[in-house]
Amino acid sequence: MLEVEHLAVSFGTLRVLDDVSLAIPPGQAVGIVGPNGAGKSTLINAVSGTGQVSRGTVRLAGRDVTHTSAARRCRWGIGRSHQIPRPFGDLSVFENVLVAAERGAGLRGRDAAAQALRSLEATGLLSAANTMAGAVPLLGRKRLELARALATSPQLLLLDEIAGGLTEGEADELVSTVLSLKQAGVTIMWIEHVVKALVQVVDRLVCLAFGRIVADGSPEEVLASREVAEVYLGGALA
Amino acid sequence: MTIRSAVVTPGEDLRRPEISRGGRAAAAGPAGAILVLLLMACLPYLVEPGLTSELVTLCYLVTLASMWNLLAGYAGMVSIGQQAYIGLGAYALFLANDHGLDVYTGTIVVSAVVALVAWPLSYLAFRLRGGYFAVGTWVIAEVVRLVVVRFDSLGGAGGRGLAAVTEDPLLRRAFTYWLALGVMAAAVLGTYLVLRSRLGLDLQAIRDDETAANSVGVDVTRGKRVIYVLAAAGCAAAGAVICVDGLGVASPGQIFGVQYSALMIFMVVIGGIGTVEGPVIGALVYFLLDKYFAQSGVWYLVIVGAAAIAVSLYLPRGLWGTLDRRSGLAIFPVARRVHGHQGTARPETRT
Ligand SMILES: Nc1ncnc2c1ncn2[C@@H]1O[C@H](COP(=O)(O)OP(=O)(O)OP(=O)(O)O)[C@@H](O)[C@H]1O
Ligand SMILES: [Mg+2]
Repeated sequence: MLEVEHLAVSFGTLRVLDDVSLAIPPGQAVGIVGPNGAGKSTLINAVSGTGQVSRGTVRLAGRDVTHTSAARRCRWGIGRSHQIPRPFGDLSVFENVLVAAERGAGLRGRDAAAQALRSLEATGLLSAANTMAGAVPLLGRKRLELARALATSPQLLLLDEIAGGLTEGEADELVSTVLSLKQAGVTIMWIEHVVKALVQVVDRLVCLAFGRIVADGSPEEVLASREVAEVYLGGALA
Repeated sequence: MTIRSAVVTPGEDLRRPEISRGGRAAAAGPAGAILVLLLMACLPYLVEPGLTSELVTLCYLVTLASMWNLLAGYAGMVSIGQQAYIGLGAYALFLANDHGLDVYTGTIVVSAVVALVAWPLSYLAFRLRGGYFAVGTWVIAEVVRLVVVRFDSLGGAGGRGLAAVTEDPLLRRAFTYWLALGVMAAAVLGTYLVLRSRLGLDLQAIRDDETAANSVGVDVTRGKRVIYVLAAAGCAAAGAVICVDGLGVASPGQIFGVQYSALMIFMVVIGGIGTVEGPVIGALVYFLLDKYFAQSGVWYLVIVGAAAIAVSLYLPRGLWGTLDRRSGLAIFPVARRVHGHQGTARPETRT
């Protein structure tokens, strides 16, 4: 589904990603962990087309999309959430999701509206449909990020820290939402510090540190690995 | 495709969504606006020609403000070079007129032609971002002016009068007024219709967050280009109206003057950027300020400046933007409201 090869991203002299290669087969759910500033969000930006790439290639379903616009990548099946929510503040929650259904999924009229409402229902935002997105509190904004990504009918879903700050019950709900997406065949790449939620969903865990992949394997393996323990200076993760 | 339908399990009742266009006024607003326009259309039969002549100015001010609002308020393009298209509209009208077209049909033809010119120019302008874009549009306007003054048939560096106009002055004034009114109606109602469309939702998303718009699949550049071209056409129509109203142009420096951009910015900021109604209000405010204080010399500028400063300090959303926020009022309702599904939902997010 997704192949990232020798990806490097630099901001000026700061090298944020350095030779990252990662292949995700269709239907797989991959968790990404790593300390702050490791380059996780930068990786998502490179894959979704929001951020630039200094070197390397990004392929989606075999197609080189390294120089393809974010909008087109979205229409080709990449949906994403933003770590810092980016709502369309002067549009209603419903309209936020509707535009994603119309453009990302290419739906029209009632189909688009129905898709938008389903995405709101799946993320528990239906009752806020007519609220101005700018007036929605942070947790709601994070849900809106997920709802918008869902409305684009993604085949590859990129999630960037959507579980932080949730109560136990809310986290469980989120996990079951993401699990049902996985069961529907969506390929998932999920950055999350809340490892407890993450491991309930992912088949595979990748640890990124200082712009490089330091561990990649089954969640148990990776969490137990010496590399990860070193990165987290002995146990912040466990 | 199989993924598409399976992504979220549809609740039965979500298959037939009921959506309406919001705002309390709903249908009453646009209907009222059309009524006002119809009443205005009757004015030449009812009032002194002096008044309708003044209203010609108001009409093209509203047109210009609406176009700048589309550019800056919806597509984030702060242009200070719309005078390129105002001037082109006026000068293209000379050409149309010279080829035997009357100035009224000419105006329509001219805005279409200028739209065709704006299309390739957008590729040039879009290479620039932010402040560079603004300056770039101004440079384009200057270049267009320099090209136009090279044609002696168009009056060169001097002004030019329209050759063929309606003879009877009374009839001409009425026609000019109807032309200006028609152009204004097209600009305002056109803006409204664009905003209600799918493209309009894209534009509002772009206005709020360009990056996010891109990541939900909105073709940001395409949306901007369409708006750039529409705004050029609208400004060209306004330019043609100015030309018809003045029976020609006083000088290329005037019709290609950057003062039009300053004016547009003023009107839109005062009225409320990013709303359909705002530019209309802003144009009205400027029109009245100009009517009652233009004689006061330096004080005129002080008053206009003070108004701009006061609004941007105390009402950053402009007059209409503030009102609209507080009261939920909308003459031109664009927002969509969902009905009937609130009850079925899970509890809303807590703070
Ligand atoms: N646009 C940018 N310009 C300059 N530096 C940037 C930019 N974006 C990110 N960085 C830097 O790149 C590094 C990696 O950022 P990134 O957001 O990818 O980290 P992250 O792994 O997502 O961290 P976190 O867990 O805190 O979200 C950080 O040091 C950050 O300051
Ligand atoms: Mg991050």
